[in-house]
Amino acid sequence: MTDGTSGTIRLHVNGVTHERHVDHRRTLLDALREDLGHTGPKKGCDRGQCGACTVLLDGRRVVSCLTLAVAAEGAAVTTVEALAGDGEPAPLQRAFVRFDGFQCGFCTPGQLCSAAGMLAEHAAGWPSAVTADLSPDAPPPPLDAAEVRERMSGNLCRCGAYPSIVRAILDTAAGEGVAE
Amino acid sequence: MNTTFTEAVGVARPRVEGRDKVTGAALYAADVPVPELLFGAVVLATIARGRVREIDVAAVQDMPGVVGVIDHRNAPRLDPETQHFFGPDGGLLLLQDDAVPFAGRPVALVVARTPEQAEAAARALPVRYDEEPHDTAFDAAHPAGRPAMTLFDGPVDVGDVTAELAGAEVVVAERYRTPEEHCGAMEPHSATAWWEGERLQAIDSDQGPFAVARVLAALFRLEPARVRVRTEHVGGGFGSKGMCGPQLILAAMAATLFRRPVRVTLTRAQVFLATAMRPMTEQVVRIGATADGRLRAIDHAAAFEISPLSEYIEGCTELTKTLYAAPAIRTRLTAVPLDVLPPFSMRAPGAAPGSFALECAIDELAERLGLDPIELRLRNEPAVGPASGLPFSGRNLVACLREGARRFGWETRDHRPRRRREGRLLVGTGVAASSFSAGAFPSTASITAEPDGTYRVLVGATDLGTGARTALTAIAADALGTTVERIRLRISDSELGPAWGAGGSRGTTSWAWAITQAAAELRARARDPDRPVTVTADTTGSLAGLAALERHSFSAVFAEVTADPATGEVRVRRLLGMFAVGRVVNPLMARSQVIGGMIGGLSMALHEEGLRDPVSGRHVNADFAGYHIAAHADVPDVEAGFVDDHEPGIPLGIKGVGEIGNVGTAAAIANAVWHATGTRVRTLPIRLDRVLEDGVHERFMP
Repeated sequence: MTDGTSGTIRLHVNGVTHERHVDHRRTLLDALREDLGHTGPKKGCDRGQCGACTVLLDGRRVVSCLTLAVAAEGAAVTTVEALAGDGEPAPLQRAFVRFDGFQCGFCTPGQLCSAAGMLAEHAAGWPSAVTADLSPDAPPPPLDAAEVRERMSGNLCRCGAYPSIVRAILDTAAGEGVAE
Repeated sequence: MNTTFTEAVGVARPRVEGRDKVTGAALYAADVPVPELLFGAVVLATIARGRVREIDVAAVQDMPGVVGVIDHRNAPRLDPETQHFFGPDGGLLLLQDDAVPFAGRPVALVVARTPEQAEAAARALPVRYDEEPHDTAFDAAHPAGRPAMTLFDGPVDVGDVTAELAGAEVVVAERYRTPEEHCGAMEPHSATAWWEGERLQAIDSDQGPFAVARVLAALFRLEPARVRVRTEHVGGGFGSKGMCGPQLILAAMAATLFRRPVRVTLTRAQVFLATAMRPMTEQVVRIGATADGRLRAIDHAAAFEISPLSEYIEGCTELTKTLYAAPAIRTRLTAVPLDVLPPFSMRAPGAAPGSFALECAIDELAERLGLDPIELRLRNEPAVGPASGLPFSGRNLVACLREGARRFGWETRDHRPRRRREGRLLVGTGVAASSFSAGAFPSTASITAEPDGTYRVLVGATDLGTGARTALTAIAADALGTTVERIRLRISDSELGPAWGAGGSRGTTSWAWAITQAAAELRARARDPDRPVTVTADTTGSLAGLAALERHSFSAVFAEVTADPATGEVRVRRLLGMFAVGRVVNPLMARSQVIGGMIGGLSMALHEEGLRDPVSGRHVNADFAGYHIAAHADVPDVEAGFVDDHEPGIPLGIKGVGEIGNVGTAAAIANAVWHATGTRVRTLPIRLDRVLEDGVHERFMP
């Protein structure tokens, strides 16, 4: 059913399909939070400037506040709630706890989704603005602190947990974050 | 204290709510599901001074989903005598008349069934004004300037400053400026209010639900017992959530008028425009010294902007009374009323801008004396409070300076500027000392010993991300002689009894005091194997017995920066802080706190500047694109360490760690910029143009 300002869409969120009638103006963030009860993604600015609403859309990180819900129809949405497999926090999440990669925790769902997306981008060989060798046949850049900082700069943290976040991500990437 | 230390305090443990925060399960104010919820969208004044001539409610009343509009004509009447921290506060009296005292003052609330409908109607609401001339131009010599109130950081005048300065062999006299700065907590202020019978209920993001509930009750002329304010997780505050905020007042009004639960969440722009900022400051510091670097006089005059609506003190001169010995010390604070957003405490109020001025001036003195800036500080270490004459409860600044210098590698520094170059970059290092006052405020706590061996600990604390939940759990375990697993702590609810909020670096000390006192009373009682035994403690009396001493935490901050002479870009390459903050309750979280503070200081040094258009009087960069706060790429791997320290008289020997990290960092970075470039940037932030216009470009480009 569709009228001038609203319509029914299907959203695939964390492996579950939901059918909802939404205002066409409704962002994916508001649909997740207000319609589907996924309050993990946070609204820090609603303008794509802080990254607290970051989710994965078909595995790629997006700011859900700048993504209309109707435009996410058909895509697989992954929020922070689904980063944990089988109810146990993922290595990245455990590393954030262990290294104290957050304080107030409000930016954390976005930092985590962004980090998961970023690690996949890096593994796929994507360069960043600080990557030294941008030639087409260059090997993937080593994932060091400078690369992580550059690639995570869309996610603001006012508590200043950045150094611990970087450490948690690097630790996870090195595969040492599995055991506790 | 006869507290038996088990192993909880002093052990690095992850946050007790860590799992909730990394899985998205932690609920913040705007996350809590409430049935039958309506949404309120705030409309802010767009003029800096004048009156509301007309609000055309009829134009939006029939828009989809609109339930109603509240403005000064139909808003519930609030009690104008309501007291806030600094006294009666016109900033709280929203929608009471047609006056517009600053751009950003709420003038209406539109309530609708969905957030989109509320926002659409709020944007469409026609508001017409009668504008009056405004004055938002801050100047320390502004004719409206008058002495600031003296609730704390009152003026001192010890010795003969004029004579000492006249007799000094070297005098530094410089003017320093800091801009309007914004707390910028990641969680926008949000409140949900509803009536349950005769009780007003609210979920609100704030720094102290007990005090906020008291103010809300006073505003609405309700018995305190009829107002309950809760907040489980708070997405940062940094001062901006220290008061009863506009989101809560407006939500309570809407719940009252429409008899439905109403949620009011400020937009990011509204957080900038309508919640507390650090005021702009202008400070003149004059320091006189002998040729061998003994201070003879410090004269520190600071001015800051305020709003005529609310009293406030930006206590810029506190450190001037604490850090250095001098036979003559004079301080004064001037408040300049302007048509601006009422300022309020932002993380390390007073101390952050004040230390920028004082610690840059000390560095300038070291330069003129040709002395190591650390040596200059060591030569002027006071035996007692330089202005008060009171003994220090403990003073470990020297240990911070020496250990910090060792870890940073300070001893190899060439103290002359412009000596290091790496490729095209100039490299420099800088240091600053700092202090932040320590203490506690009256609080209560209740502990119930359950027959099963567990303890219910209730205290009206709140955890903004400080780690209070985790720290208080450990403190309670030690005080009760049990393990953290047996502690069931409840915080964040005004019903838990009177308690100081999370602020002034006094949250943990205040709450820990109440918990340890209750625990001691409980342990003195016989345990009942069949029934719960409850004890409630109030620390008001114990606090009155605290000896009058100079009580402060101390730190030394070291920075290494690079400056690009072609662009003026400054980047911080290293940042190290050594801290004396009393006994450290949880080294993992304390480290996070002080590092976070230093990053706040880095952000203050290089990035943050609220810009006001002089023609409209409006704040023009009210978002995270225009008002930059430090992002990942701006921040190096920050180091922090703690020296052995213990605060006598305060249970567990603790002091606060929430604000000291911010203090001193901006000065350390500014001093490093001078060391790299030879340019003294005395106005924050250290923008590219400020570095360039001072001539680095001409001097250093080949």
